[in-house]
Amino acid sequence: MLQVAWLIPLLPFIAFWVILFRGRRLPGEGAYVAIGALGLSGLLSLVILGQVMFGGRYQATMVWATMGDRPLAVGYAVDPLTAVMLFVVTVVGSLIFIYSVGYMHGDPRYPRFFAYLSLFAASMLLLVLANNFLVLYAGWELVGLCSYLLIGFWFERPAAARASMKAFVTTRVGDFFMFLGILLLFFTVGSLQFDAVFAAVQTGSLAGPLLTLAAVLIFGGAVGKSAQIPLHVWLPDAMEGPTPVSALIHAATMVAAGVYLVARTYELFFSSPDHLALTVVAYIGGLTALMAATIGIVQDDIKRVLAYSTISQLGYMMLGLGVLGYTAGVFHLMTHAFFKALLFLAAGSVIHAMNTNDIKEMGGLAKVMPVTYVTMLVGGLALAGVPPFAGFWSKDEILLEAYHHDRTLFYLGAAGAFVTAFYVFRMIFYTFTGSLRSHTAHPHESPQVMTVPLIVLAAFSGVIGLVGAPWPLVGNMFHRFVHFEAAEGAPFDLRFAALSTAIAGAGILAAAVVYRWQLVSSATLRRVLAPAYAVLVHKYWWDEFYAVSVVRPVVWVAQQLRTFDVYAIDGAVNAIGVVFVWLSRLYRVFDLYVVDGAVNLVGWLAKAAGGRLRHVQTGRAQNYLLVIALGVIVLAVIGLTR
Amino acid sequence: MGELAAFMILSLVTLIPAVVVVTSSNIVRAALSLVPTFLGVTGLYVMLQAEFVAGIQVLIYAGAITVLILFVIMLTEGGTGVRTRQLNDQVPLGAMAAVWLAFVLIVIFTRTGWPTAAGVLPAYNVVAVGNAFLSDYVLIFEVTSVVLLVSLVGAIVIARRED
Amino acid sequence: MQVGLTSYLIVAALLFCLGLYGVLTRRNAVAILMGIELMLNAANINLVAFNRFVAPAAVAGQVFALVIITLAACEAAVGLALVMAAYRSLETIQVDEINLMKW
Repeated sequence: MLQVAWLIPLLPFIAFWVILFRGRRLPGEGAYVAIGALGLSGLLSLVILGQVMFGGRYQATMVWATMGDRPLAVGYAVDPLTAVMLFVVTVVGSLIFIYSVGYMHGDPRYPRFFAYLSLFAASMLLLVLANNFLVLYAGWELVGLCSYLLIGFWFERPAAARASMKAFVTTRVGDFFMFLGILLLFFTVGSLQFDAVFAAVQTGSLAGPLLTLAAVLIFGGAVGKSAQIPLHVWLPDAMEGPTPVSALIHAATMVAAGVYLVARTYELFFSSPDHLALTVVAYIGGLTALMAATIGIVQDDIKRVLAYSTISQLGYMMLGLGVLGYTAGVFHLMTHAFFKALLFLAAGSVIHAMNTNDIKEMGGLAKVMPVTYVTMLVGGLALAGVPPFAGFWSKDEILLEAYHHDRTLFYLGAAGAFVTAFYVFRMIFYTFTGSLRSHTAHPHESPQVMTVPLIVLAAFSGVIGLVGAPWPLVGNMFHRFVHFEAAEGAPFDLRFAALSTAIAGAGILAAAVVYRWQLVSSATLRRVLAPAYAVLVHKYWWDEFYAVSVVRPVVWVAQQLRTFDVYAIDGAVNAIGVVFVWLSRLYRVFDLYVVDGAVNLVGWLAKAAGGRLRHVQTGRAQNYLLVIALGVIVLAVIGLTR
Repeated sequence: MGELAAFMILSLVTLIPAVVVVTSSNIVRAALSLVPTFLGVTGLYVMLQAEFVAGIQVLIYAGAITVLILFVIMLTEGGTGVRTRQLNDQVPLGAMAAVWLAFVLIVIFTRTGWPTAAGVLPAYNVVAVGNAFLSDYVLIFEVTSVVLLVSLVGAIVIARRED
Repeated sequence: MQVGLTSYLIVAALLFCLGLYGVLTRRNAVAILMGIELMLNAANINLVAFNRFVAPAAVAGQVFALVIITLAACEAAVGLALVMAAYRSLETIQVDEINLMKW
């Protein structure tokens, strides 16, 4: 099966083309084709996961072109990290595809949605299967494209169109730095193959500041794609897209690509002097984790809460990787995929029922939408980090690594954990408890095609964490499966686990105090902590900062260029046009008098000559005879004088 | 000496009426002037010891053809032609052409060395001519007969009235 | 001066040219035919003269002259018939008024 791993991205890719061209006429208007393709890929991924768990590895490469004397290769590789990613993308993806059948029901561009989803799945799978930077970058750009297409799926809404543009441009900034990093590697090492680059690092031919620079540049791409500071501004706006999109791309998979990238190229980060690159990664991750979590407290849009939560959790993953917690970071990626997708889909179910995103208008939905409530509760507990749910094991491991590596980062992470529990339960209490605040909505439970995926994801969120738990006898299975040799993790500490749980519990309690039992009203909090509240509501003024420092100068430059274009370039073009018109007038005169004159002259000559010569035809035989006689005389004279 | 005088007289008898033929404004006078021309030619034939040809010349030319011409003159315009102009506008050019041609021909004739052979014509050249017609030139003889027949019929056909 | 071949030839040439002049300049169709007769006669004189001076043993020249006379007669007959027919339909035998071949 490993030999046909290339089928995994190919099946959704074919589905994309089929749906694009045949769309409406396919069964289920393309949905079944998409689900079928990804489902098949999922089965293949499961088989491959099994094979890799028993030690299977595989790689296949093919030279595509040569640049000068350096070959450019394409190929794929299957190892534990890839197998885990394949599993996550296909399983979560399939569930979200099924959910979309219900959520997008009746949309006029229904088939196209599934086409884009299939293309995204193919691109993401290509990305994780890549064994060199070239194919990785290709997949990277493709997922960016799909993100753009899907955020702006309802492009009639100006907010959606703007958001898709913002997402693309912001991630492009990150991609630019990543590309510089790739170029640096290519010209230093001579190959883009991961194996070759890592070998160069180990032999020392790629080392020192150059290595740090390359690693940080590549991390730049991850910063963009995974919405870390300072390129995080696009992810909240991306919530304009349909909820399945938010779940799949902006929670579970695409944004995790940045984390995957750091994990895949960990050799570069690890070997940079004094782990400098890793420190950069960890601090950016840690700061992002805390900052985003705090902004999540004051959001009223249910999807925005989850968006900032995603940014924050991605920060945790980066933090984990940065403190030499390779396994922890990747583990958190996997668990987060499941419970964040679950949270988003449940939110989608709520939005579908309430026809609004505003949690202030909701309330008391627990009685009306029990399945959604329970599943969202599971997701919330997983996110907050309550055992035995998935998020606990991964987050706990990250905090443990941070504690042993860098105390500052630990405090950041711990504070973030408290805030995380607080905001997610704020959201849950607002949405499901109390009584319905809106007077116009008539909510009801969502159809089974939507609730069944929720249940499945909830089940996963419940148990998936256990593969990373320290079992007696077998130990930490996930750690043994996915690990980095040099980064040996810290052993499980029961007291530490209790500490993490306590932090999470404290957060939930605080949220309950304010929002469930209303012992302290949120209005009071807002008044007391007014300056802090202002900062949070304005999202630390990041968007305003960018508007002034980046957007305005760029727009000004564009306007100057436009003026130049209109006056100088268009002017030059028009001037040329005027010159040619003038020339053509000259030619016309020439043509009219000289050329036409010549032609007319020929005609006039013929006519004149004819007019004169016709008089020869007198019709009188005697005239002709005279000419004959004269001719005879001439011939005779010629004959005589010869 | 006598031969020369005869030649000169006969030449003048031939040429001067010929001038009248071609220049006279009176068509009848012109037609009648043909007669002395033909007779002069007859004389020349006699001088050239072609008596049979001379006889035929008188019979056909001076006799038949002249009369035919006179008849046609009568049947067409007749005497009314006297009052109309007889010479067209080509006179200067035509005269010039004729003079030049004469000049050229005379130059040719006098310049060329003719291979004159002194021989004797058969005494009774009628017999000789007759023999020639019926032996060496019998084809021409027969064809000429046919032509005569054809022209006879043709002339009648052409000239008859269409009623 | 000896009366030789050349003399006869000169006479014939002059007669011929007179005939040519008549053909070229006369307006009356019959007059043109008369000019043609003159030209034919001139040719005959040439033939007979050549027969006498150049090849007297053969009678080819005289035979030829006789044939010409015969044909001249035929031609005059047909030609004058044509003139008469033309006069009947065209009302004129002034040839410079008959210009149906004119442009």
